[in-house]
Amino acid sequence: MPEVLKAPLVVEFPFTRSLGPVQSAFLTGLRERVVLGVKTRDGRTLVPPVEYDPVTAEEIRDLVEVAPTGTVTTWAWNHEPRRDQPLDTPFAWVLVRLDGADTALLHALDAPGPDSVHTGMRVRVRWAQERAGAITDIACFEPYDGEPAEPAGHSGEFDDAVTGIVAAARLDYTYSPGRAQSAYINALSDRRTVGERCPSCRKVYVPPRGACPTCGVATSEQVEVGPGGTVTTFCVVNIKAKNLDIEVPYVYAHIALDGAGLALHGRIGGIPYDQVRMGLRVEPVWTEGARYPDHYRPTGEPDADYDTYKELP
Amino acid sequence: MSKEPVAVVGIGQTKHVSARRDVSIAGLVREAARRALDDAELTWADVDAVVIGKAPDFFEGVMMPELYLADALGAVGKPMLRVHTAGSVGGSTALVAASLVAARVHGTVLTLAFEKQSESNAMWGLSLPIPFQQPLLAGAGGFFAPHVRAYMRRSGAPDTIGSLVAYKDRRNALKNPYAHLHEHDITLEKVQASPMLWDPIRYSETCPSSDGACAMILTDRAGAARSPRPPAWMHGGAMRSEPTLFAGKDAVSPQAGKDCAADVYRQAGISDPRRDIDAVEMYVPFSWYEPMWLENLGFAAEGEGWKLTEAGATELDGDLPVNMSGGVLSTNPIGASGMIRFAEAALQVRGQAGEHQVDGARRALGHAYGGGSQFFSMWLVGAAPPQT
Repeated sequence: MPEVLKAPLVVEFPFTRSLGPVQSAFLTGLRERVVLGVKTRDGRTLVPPVEYDPVTAEEIRDLVEVAPTGTVTTWAWNHEPRRDQPLDTPFAWVLVRLDGADTALLHALDAPGPDSVHTGMRVRVRWAQERAGAITDIACFEPYDGEPAEPAGHSGEFDDAVTGIVAAARLDYTYSPGRAQSAYINALSDRRTVGERCPSCRKVYVPPRGACPTCGVATSEQVEVGPGGTVTTFCVVNIKAKNLDIEVPYVYAHIALDGAGLALHGRIGGIPYDQVRMGLRVEPVWTEGARYPDHYRPTGEPDADYDTYKELP
Repeated sequence: MSKEPVAVVGIGQTKHVSARRDVSIAGLVREAARRALDDAELTWADVDAVVIGKAPDFFEGVMMPELYLADALGAVGKPMLRVHTAGSVGGSTALVAASLVAARVHGTVLTLAFEKQSESNAMWGLSLPIPFQQPLLAGAGGFFAPHVRAYMRRSGAPDTIGSLVAYKDRRNALKNPYAHLHEHDITLEKVQASPMLWDPIRYSETCPSSDGACAMILTDRAGAARSPRPPAWMHGGAMRSEPTLFAGKDAVSPQAGKDCAADVYRQAGISDPRRDIDAVEMYVPFSWYEPMWLENLGFAAEGEGWKLTEAGATELDGDLPVNMSGGVLSTNPIGASGMIRFAEAALQVRGQAGEHQVDGARRALGHAYGGGSQFFSMWLVGAAPPQT
């Protein structure tokens, strides 16, 4: 079996978050080295604070300061810290119940090794040098054998409160287009467009998917289509997309290559954009080293009759 | 055993805007849910289950947001389900909730859908840099514009129809206090002079990007009997799916949409939708989709939908008002947009649509679609209980 293609796919984006009143106070508090919880009507103190009582669903806004010292309620050793984790040396993930709180906060504990960590051990906050109103304002926790700290009774009201944060998200994938599309992509390097025919409905899928979505059967018979094709419909793109290096205006077209059961999508060139029309006959234009045709250009043939392409999506 | 009749007894929406920086996602959904409970004069304890929907997790980058929203929606200790069917999700979420009542699994269900587009980037979320693929296009407008052109060719519709829809929907939005866009100085000339983005789609013929949530309280016959305000009764509901692209797909009038509508009409005993349905809230993110869906949903013969728009039949005072609320063209918190259609249809038959009320509306259709015209969900609601 020919090799199936694989490549890394990194999906990352700096999402913004509006905090709402409770998280705003909590994160602003961290900036000022104050840890805030929220009190429920039955007297429990939740840290980190939430906006709604998990038991009664009531809105809760009664902020209360707790101590920066606490007790580990459970933990797990992290042998190999990854990118952007709180510490770059091995550490413990810990749930810490701060003194004065009824619930535990997840964070990192800086400890020499797993033998030095145990449930029930006393810890305290190590504040980050630079604080901006984020959970990372707590650099981590560290072992502590002193008395519980006394909270100062902060009201939870701050000047210049943080109202939003930027949360960078990143996912690392290994993407594989699979057998059928790998064969299609490999054929393109010889400037051939090869689809697969459904053994049941006989339609040719370009690009092939390895199965016919209508009949639900596997496809394997390879069929070369094109190189000529017909513009079945199109739009003229007038706005430049940030992630695309294509000058506007350009024509984005659905092109049914001769022999294909459905259209693929491509750019039309070699003709003024305002002269492109449905039914225009086109052929691919290749550039050296490119995986796909750079664009499609008119062949000069008479336009195709509407009836020949109107049912090709 | 027949199904339990399903009634809508509470509806709540946020005022849809481009950015709700004052609330978290939890605060946003809470606001809509609270308003729906208030409308029904119920408390959190009266709710047996919660069914929530939104568009892809990639949009806000919160994976499985339903987990963290359980507190805000009073779902602790109750079943909570998440539904996802792209842009149609608001509709399918309501239908999943309704099925729990119809099957007598639960008596009263809170259903809710939301999107906080200001904290997301839909264009990015829909245009991931997939290896080996050729990047050609970003965003939804360019995807749908060729289908609009194919419709224009097939139907022979004049170029101006899209602008008529946009002008109507933006004026309707002025009568809806929850609508995002309130363009008080809108004119047809302004719509027609707005920049052409993805020819044939102009800027003013596209939907905005909104933060918003919509919630409904669905209940059984006993719950409806306790309702302080007239309920809307569900007479039919259906979902259909098909692939985004396949050989033989009719992107202009997808078979799944036709089949979905036919199923709803059969359940509701509708033989002539144009005559039997008083008002329609349909999912029109680009103005030309109004005439396209008029045909797909059986309100007009193939190629004739634009004539209803051109003749003014779909205006608020026409004989088949469409998108009285201003529609998706005026408000688009993507995940919530389908549920807003369903809720607005229910408001009409409850007689509670305020300034955008259609006089005497007895039966209304709510419609949503999503993906590349891939998912369809619809319901028909009436002022009278269904005949069982």
